[in-house]
Amino acid sequence: MKHVLALSVLLSAFWLINSGHYTSLILFFMVVSVLFVAVLCHRMDVVDGESQPLELTFTIPVYWLWLIKEVTVANIAVTRCVWKGAHSISPSVIKVKANQKTDLGIVIYANSITLTPGTVSIDLEDNEITVHALTRETAEDLLTGEMDRRVCKVEP
Amino acid sequence: MYIIPAVILLIVMGIALFRAFMGPTLYDRILAVNTFGTKTVLFIAVIDFLSGRAAFLDIAIVYALINFISVIGILRFFEYSSKTALEEEN
Amino acid sequence: MELLLDIVSWILLISGSFFALTGALGLLRFPDFFTRTHAASVTDTAGAGLILTGLMLQAGWGLVLAKLLLILLFSLLASTTACHAMAKAALKSGLKPQTVNDNSNSEKETSSKP
Repeated sequence: MKHVLALSVLLSAFWLINSGHYTSLILFFMVVSVLFVAVLCHRMDVVDGESQPLELTFTIPVYWLWLIKEVTVANIAVTRCVWKGAHSISPSVIKVKANQKTDLGIVIYANSITLTPGTVSIDLEDNEITVHALTRETAEDLLTGEMDRRVCKVEP
Repeated sequence: MYIIPAVILLIVMGIALFRAFMGPTLYDRILAVNTFGTKTVLFIAVIDFLSGRAAFLDIAIVYALINFISVIGILRFFEYSSKTALEEEN
Repeated sequence: MELLLDIVSWILLISGSFFALTGALGLLRFPDFFTRTHAASVTDTAGAGLILTGLMLQAGWGLVLAKLLLILLFSLLASTTACHAMAKAALKSGLKPQTVNDNSNSEKETSSKP
């Protein structure tokens, strides 16, 4: 029930942002369509803790701030490689272990690896993520396991 | 002041199209087309401010959605015919 | 205040354009597909983030700001997913990434980790 409510609030906010018309008729349409989608999703049984991870609401913004810093640093490193030319890169494929307990935690970790320039997660088997790294430095950055620890802290 | 980002984004889109044209593998082309799509979204947003009307942002949102869906769709399509994907390499 | 906002927004727009151009250059210069995904990832995170933040500063409070935020959030989420899907599909179809350095060494390091 909590998750259906969260979904309805999210959908209403999405409608309000995109519509820009606040007459009673349009708002009535909003209520009808939000209710329709919420009931449909509930019947399809896709509204649960996995699609609406409510317990992350307060822990994830801190992680996002750290991730933005990390992405900035990685961006500058990759930019330097691009302007230096192809001889300055040393691509490698490494395997890192994901120590998260839930599937959601592993997905957050793998997505963070992909979002950071210089590393792309290309495969995920059980708890092992195969990562393609652009340079040795980015690979070593990942192998220190700081991102892994931070994602572990985020998940409930 | 919006004219400089708009022109640079056009150049970037041109380079992406060039890469999509050159290949060499199918995945390079898909990557280039995806880059072209995300830059189009940015370009529409900049054009929106350049023209001074906030009417194009909805189009940018829809374009972002369509771009994502189409890339995933093309990948799904070629996932089951990997032979054709690698034939292009030679 | 107005002038300060303009200057900051201008810096963001120009640096965002620079990063977008860098990514495009990387798309041209890098040798194989997997390294090119890194270049595309630069345009998708730094380019989009900086340009949209620069536009946000000009938008003022209102619906336009919310829509720009929506585009930024969506493009970040979609670009990671698309990037991963492409890399995985390329690997599964038999495209081998070029590697130059000692692969076994880095794998040993990983396995010694807890």
